[in-house]
Amino acid sequence: MMNEIILNSHNKNLIKKKRFWNTSLIVLLLIGIVLSSKIIDTNISDLFNGITRLGDYISKILPSLELNNLFLGSKDQGSIAYWYFNISKYLKLLFETFNMALLATMTGSILALFLSFLAAKNTSPNSLLFFSIRRMLEFFRGVPEIIFAILFVWVLGIGPLAGIIAITIHTTGSLGKLFSEVYENSNNRPIEALKASGGNWLSEMKFGLLPQVLPNLISYALLRFEINIRASTILGFVGAGGIGQELYLVINFNYYEEVSAIILLIILTVISIDLLSGHIRKNIIGFDND
Amino acid sequence: MKPLKIKNLKKKFKDTLAINGVNLEIEEGKITGIIGRSGSGKSTLLRMINRLIEPSEGTIEFNDIIITEIKGKALRKWRSECAMIFQQFNLVDRLDVLTNVLIGSLGRSYSFLNLFGYFSKEEKINALRNLNRFELTEKSLQRAGTLSGGQQQRVAIARALMQKPKILLADEPISSLDPKNSKRVMDDMLKINREDGITIICNLHSLEIAKKYCDRLIGLSEGKVVFDGKPKELTTNISKKLYDLDDE
Repeated sequence: MMNEIILNSHNKNLIKKKRFWNTSLIVLLLIGIVLSSKIIDTNISDLFNGITRLGDYISKILPSLELNNLFLGSKDQGSIAYWYFNISKYLKLLFETFNMALLATMTGSILALFLSFLAAKNTSPNSLLFFSIRRMLEFFRGVPEIIFAILFVWVLGIGPLAGIIAITIHTTGSLGKLFSEVYENSNNRPIEALKASGGNWLSEMKFGLLPQVLPNLISYALLRFEINIRASTILGFVGAGGIGQELYLVINFNYYEEVSAIILLIILTVISIDLLSGHIRKNIIGFDND
Repeated sequence: MKPLKIKNLKKKFKDTLAINGVNLEIEEGKITGIIGRSGSGKSTLLRMINRLIEPSEGTIEFNDIIITEIKGKALRKWRSECAMIFQQFNLVDRLDVLTNVLIGSLGRSYSFLNLFGYFSKEEKINALRNLNRFELTEKSLQRAGTLSGGQQQRVAIARALMQKPKILLADEPISSLDPKNSKRVMDDMLKINREDGITIICNLHSLEIAKKYCDRLIGLSEGKVVFDGKPKELTTNISKKLYDLDDE
């Protein structure tokens, strides 16, 4: 009896508290929406007018496929081969984009691995190093990739190298932060044991810390690879190589059907890499947990 | 033989004095038990001996070296001579048992190649021999995390032996083990004390076990030594006082 009364009043209190926070959150959100739309001067009717134009564009870029001619050669209108007449070029550029992302992710992960030990509170050998490496990583990931890309295209000229460097810098910044946070959440006991046995800092890291955190690091690096595939596509727009550069070209020249051909290819690539890396991640972590 | 000398040792954590002026001489080759309730400063005292915790005041001496003053390489050398085992074993769960034991050799003979997971054949044989002493050879390639608590603690002792230590510090080595495994671990510690002549300083909760295994007992209360003598000198009255058990 007594218990029920206590439980009931506890529930009532919880509901009251929750209701208060929920209502205030919704009110604040509404105020925020009204204020921000005032500031950026949006008009709902603009949005609706725009949406029809969006429909126009989508219908323009869709390929004109004909069911009867679907599997004919590249000279016949309405066939898939006609739509993808440029497939060999696309694949070559897509491969370049893929390689940009791969190279940048690998280099960035390695750099992040070295810097992250210095950027975690519990592993950094000295506080000045800790502070400066943290700020550096913040700068690396704070500046958008596209800014670095524009800068390096200007310095190195048009081509994938600029994109690779830009993505590497960003990857180093964000993975460095994530890695160091993994270390901060790690179990200190094995590290303590190594210290107590007279091990130096390097062996503390290699034997005390790394075995615990490795699956997490790999998982983050794979996730970053997925993100970098998308990033390296976009960087093509500013001349940093890959399929993005071609996409930018066909958009500007209004080669409508080619736009959809390239976008579809990119989507397929991203999906297959998501699936693949999900699979790899599961295997590594599953293997390590048994 | 030269004892480990602790002189006027103090440790302050913010406002509390965890260790408040401890003076001790610990002879070589004996098992010394440190007893007292939780928070009496046992663990702090032990960790100051290998400098996992820095003392606020006082000195520790061993073989004419002032332990409380050394740094860098000398400190690492001292730590490798003064092995430690822990309440939670502190093994690297995800590495195999053999590597866990090999890790103990890093403080004594470190080479750059170790960082790539390479250990010399000599060290490996050494590690296997140590595992064999505790009947753990068939577990060598298993992950440390898959072993039972008692087995893990015995792996930790094997790791400590890899350091070829003169002293073994044991911080509550059996508080997370059941009675059967506790006995096994204590027996193994007794074995390395008697066979290898390693000095053991051991924090213990259980008076019964402390009396059974230790040559000498030191009672700590509020950071001070309140008892120091042979196990049989520890009367019921003193132990009641030590654990704050009042008759009222």
